Amino acid sequence: MNSQVTAEDQLARFEERVARGEKVEPGDWMPDEYRKSLIRMIGQHAHSEIVGQLPEGKWIPYAPGFRRKLTLIAKVQDEAGHGQLLYRAAETLGKSREEMLEELLAGKAKYANVFNYPTPSWADVGVIGWLVDMAAVVNQTMLQQTSFGPYARAMKRICYEESFHIKQGYDLVATLAKGTPEQKAMVQGAIDRWWYPTLMMSGPPDNLSAHTLQSLKWRIKTKTNEQVRQEYVDLIVPQIRALGLTIPDRDLKYDEKSEHWSYTQPDWEELKRVVNGDGPMNKERLAVRRKAHEDGRWVREALAAKRKEVAA
Amino acid sequence: MSDTQFDTYEVFHQKKKGDPHIHVGAVHAPDPQTALQYARDQFARRLACVSLWVVNSRDITATDYQDERFFSMVLDKSYRDPKDFDAPLKETNV
Repeated sequence: MNSQVTAEDQLARFEERVARGEKVEPGDWMPDEYRKSLIRMIGQHAHSEIVGQLPEGKWIPYAPGFRRKLTLIAKVQDEAGHGQLLYRAAETLGKSREEMLEELLAGKAKYANVFNYPTPSWADVGVIGWLVDMAAVVNQTMLQQTSFGPYARAMKRICYEESFHIKQGYDLVATLAKGTPEQKAMVQGAIDRWWYPTLMMSGPPDNLSAHTLQSLKWRIKTKTNEQVRQEYVDLIVPQIRALGLTIPDRDLKYDEKSEHWSYTQPDWEELKRVVNGDGPMNKERLAVRRKAHEDGRWVREALAAKRKEVAA
Repeated sequence: MSDTQFDTYEVFHQKKKGDPHIHVGAVHAPDPQTALQYARDQFARRLACVSLWVVNSRDITATDYQDERFFSMVLDKSYRDPKDFDAPLKETNV
């Protein structure tokens, strides 16, 4: 490359490429801020997949019937796989998987806040698969358009698998919704618990700060948090109502003019509190993750011993 | 905690015999055999697959996107393109 090229030229060329819809690849020149934003974003996404295994995973031993159990194991395995795909995508930007794993175990990393809420009933498994993964897919479909190539490619595969998660979750919820009064009450309770946490998933309302505008300009994201949340609400509200279930928001109504559902914003102070560690399940999630890491140590040591043997 | 890093292996997936192997991603593994096991769990647990290749990421030599000259066409090479010829294919039965 011509050494005469100035930093401004490089930035201008980068922004032109991104504006044309070209993908940025790991070896390409990119602004430091672009690299840092993506490492943070993909890392948090990876941690979310890993921690996301836990709220549902605890129900595997109690799943009613063999098919539900197999399905749930498959779903939880997918989340582990997604975490690995994403750690790898982040790694191509220069931060090792090991560093990211250490940050998660040390409690220094953020992950999707929604997983800090408890899953006291079997219906939570269905509602997580359906609502949480629907909100995730809306966000991840947007991220398939992200300008960073490895992230966009990982999203394509992940969205494909998430569509299975949504369907199995819906099937579970629909079964309970058509069941006995106790089953129906159980699933309604789960919707009531998860409605606001799922609304928080797309993040607080955009303040249109310079940072957000730059993310949009560099096509790290292609939609604002509000756009993503509205898309989720418009998709899920008619589906929940079609099952005869209700949504815990008295002000929820369809606006003919905008052709969107208007809804009550979740409590953003609660989000702040829970993200910063004061949620119902934060400590438990990390404790379970740390134990799993310790329990797996002998496997990693055996693999490392094998590596030495191969090298010798 | 160096036991969590390992090398990375690029994974190539073949859907059915006769198809090309296509790059689908990478796995972390201590050796190629373990990489194949991880690649199966990660990339072939759902979709059809008849063969996987893994290769240590270090062993791949690649072109640089920034070196645009590498692929530049100094000469007009349209003569290499079948579309550049008006041969009456039907009549010549090619």
